[in-house]
Amino acid sequence: MNWKTFLALLARDAHVARRNLVALLLQTFLQPLLFVFIFGRVMVGSGYLPAAYKSLLLPGIMAISMVFTGIWAVAMPLIAEFQFTREIEDRLLAPIDIAWVAIEKVVAGLIQGLVAGLTVIPLAWIILGRGLELHLTRPWLFLCITLLVAGFSACGGLALGCSVDQQHIGLMFSMVMTPMIFFGCTYYPWSALNKFPIMQKLVLINPLVYASEGLRATLAPQFEHLSLPWILVALTLFDVLLLVVGLRQFQRKAVS
Amino acid sequence: MNTAIRTQGLRKVYNTAPPAAAGRGDASAADKRGRNSKSQPKPEIKALDGIDLEVAPGQIFGLLGPNGAGKSTTVGILTTRVRPTSGTAWIGEYDVWHDQTAAKRQIGVVAQRPNLDFALTAREILLFHGAYFGIGSQERSERANALLDRFKLTDRADQLVRGFSGGMMQRMSIARAMMHDPQVLFLDEPSVGLDPQTRLLLWEIIREYNQKGRTILLTTHNMEEADTLCEQLAIIDHGRIIAQGTPGELKASIPGGYLLRLRFGHHSAPLLERLGTLAGVTEVRAFGESGADLYAGRGGSLIPEVVNAAAALGVELSDVHISEPSLENLFLHHTGRSLRE
Repeated sequence: MNWKTFLALLARDAHVARRNLVALLLQTFLQPLLFVFIFGRVMVGSGYLPAAYKSLLLPGIMAISMVFTGIWAVAMPLIAEFQFTREIEDRLLAPIDIAWVAIEKVVAGLIQGLVAGLTVIPLAWIILGRGLELHLTRPWLFLCITLLVAGFSACGGLALGCSVDQQHIGLMFSMVMTPMIFFGCTYYPWSALNKFPIMQKLVLINPLVYASEGLRATLAPQFEHLSLPWILVALTLFDVLLLVVGLRQFQRKAVS
Repeated sequence: MNTAIRTQGLRKVYNTAPPAAAGRGDASAADKRGRNSKSQPKPEIKALDGIDLEVAPGQIFGLLGPNGAGKSTTVGILTTRVRPTSGTAWIGEYDVWHDQTAAKRQIGVVAQRPNLDFALTAREILLFHGAYFGIGSQERSERANALLDRFKLTDRADQLVRGFSGGMMQRMSIARAMMHDPQVLFLDEPSVGLDPQTRLLLWEIIREYNQKGRTILLTTHNMEEADTLCEQLAIIDHGRIIAQGTPGELKASIPGGYLLRLRFGHHSAPLLERLGTLAGVTEVRAFGESGADLYAGRGGSLIPEVVNAAAALGVELSDVHISEPSLENLFLHHTGRSLRE
């Protein structure tokens, strides 16, 4: 393992992210914060939703921000860099095993996902105002889940970015991301699906479910949620699975 | 290190369409397997069919051939970007496939199409490239400045390369490949799309780099480039090497490859007949009032005999032009088709 090269690759991604900072911030925070404002402030404030909904919504919004950011941060550059211009070529030719080039992308995406997740909490807090009930009783567990969520997002970004062509980006969002968010227990807890037993089972293939439920379990444990060990196992499995698939797809794309 | 580049029995069969930059390969050689009538046999494209190469350190080696001959696939394998179906390739002592990282340290690569990092400026591309190879920050910026200057890119150094012209991108790709001072430099069709002036600059830079003892492998379908730049050439067609040697040797291998354009005071049938009997002459054609074209296996050494033959018949030789056998003719001779086809 060649750390100098690995760190230089990370420095390059950090440099590019800094250059696109404003776009990156808007892209990461605008949509979740608008959601927080409309559902948490307008709907709750006007009495259409109960006050407790604020606390239920925040972990879900955090999960969406992290997953979106992680996937976007890894998949979009990869899709662009692997098209006919082959911009990634200079990194594939760097003196490091090409699997590490992919892992570097995952680490960069993971960091962005973490920053997004941890920044959206105070921002949402400000927007939601009083009445937010968060109980961070097990901070280590919360951090662990946050890391696992950022991890599967970045690994998912790697797998998607190496499987989708540029002309199919729109399709990727409407076919993968949108259903993932709406069936991801982000705006409602998993227990809310009790009346839809088939759907309740089906959504368990969606990793975002464990992200929302896991963050809810550690930030707002007063709501009913999936059991924590089960969440931890599922998130770990998704991390490993998506990493393995992502690395394989990356190798396929990188070497002809 | 006895050889800078070595390949043994290199074969590459694509069962999907090869990437554009890796050439078209030989589709006519598709394997007809079709074991199972239900599953469509994948179309197999044989891009390389047993390539054996040996390039000595410090040499400028040219791979010459038409589009789709397998030049880019060979470079792709040698630069770790293409997995060989069988056979082995070494850069120095490193097996390219099994010791990729060590091999990558030895090489600089200029791909057929510029593949610059569009998110960065020209200077940043060089600086980050240097960083990937672990070069210290001060040395990195010194080298970047020197290269930007050498490639006449200093005034655009801090602009994103996205807006560069094709020629500038090409120069930038070459500068980047030289940034970590690799032992072996690969240039895949380096002068395609360059204006004549830039091409000359590029040739000058290639020679200069070679004089530092570095090995250079370039692919081209440009005869002039192969002829003026390369010390050794391999002519490749349909994934096989069909001839190998110095440009001079290769050209000498064509029978009657020289053309001597002669002009006399006047000429006569006996003179033409006499010229036709000279050793090495394969064909004599009269042109104009007093000219004759001699196709022969040798050039300058034939002149005294031509002068003597003419003098014996009382004719004076007034003008001689010798054109050397060209690689174009050589390719035609070996494959029966022109390089530009």
